[in-house]
Amino acid sequence: MDRIPILKMGHALLVTIQVDMHDQLAMALEEDLTARIAATGARGVLIDISSLEIVDSFIGRMLDSIAAVSRLLDARTVVVGMRPAVAITLVELGLSMPGVNTALNVERGLALIGVSVSGDGEHDAGTEV
Amino acid sequence: MPAPRSEVLEIRASDDIVRVRQRVRTASVEVGLGLVDQTKIVTAASELARNTLDYGGGGTAAIEIIDDGGRRGVRIVFEDDGPGIPDISVAMRDGYTTGGGLGLGLSGARRLSNEFDIRSSPGAGTRVMIARWK
Repeated sequence: MDRIPILKMGHALLVTIQVDMHDQLAMALEEDLTARIAATGARGVLIDISSLEIVDSFIGRMLDSIAAVSRLLDARTVVVGMRPAVAITLVELGLSMPGVNTALNVERGLALIGVSVSGDGEHDAGTEV
Repeated sequence: MPAPRSEVLEIRASDDIVRVRQRVRTASVEVGLGLVDQTKIVTAASELARNTLDYGGGGTAAIEIIDDGGRRGVRIVFEDDGPGIPDISVAMRDGYTTGGGLGLGLSGARRLSNEFDIRSSPGAGTRVMIARWK
């Protein structure tokens, strides 16, 4: 089965969702991310959804769940790059995702997590779980 | 301008939900829906396609471009032969679910559509229609 790549940037993990995810792929991402947080001791998780044309209740619940699990593992999750039309639709759908922090872009997301990417020499970008 | 047409998609696996989203998107672009309206109807279709799969045991989505004499829109009809819904008014409530979901599928899909119709009875399957006009 396909997997969504998880990149490590300093003490943060970065996931860029670039495909229209079917449900199993979304569930696999949740499992992979959890394992990766535990394995790396990451302090933050950035999920870039700027390519996603829709977020339905299934994906919304997955994002909420990732945020909740990573919080228990001492990592902070920030969802970045949500499209305005997606935000409008999510609110009308009734899904406000109270447990999920958001930022407009990756740079502001990293600032929110408080993780500096440069200067700690811990890049292993491109490694998959 | 192409003539109104329809296509019927099978919903048997979660891949098919993705296909429904893509085909509804294509139809929405074709009738000229704005980006927010496209996003709303595609999201509503995604919710209902998942209901068809998870609760109806699979079924079909019929996507149709509609025209009422000038105004165009997209209509999608979801049908399954599953167990049906005993009490539709209860099922339409936010947060009500018999599965593991959030209970936003039906109620959310209604809010995201201009037209919404649901018919179901125990043992007779479920039919849900949504439409969004330009």
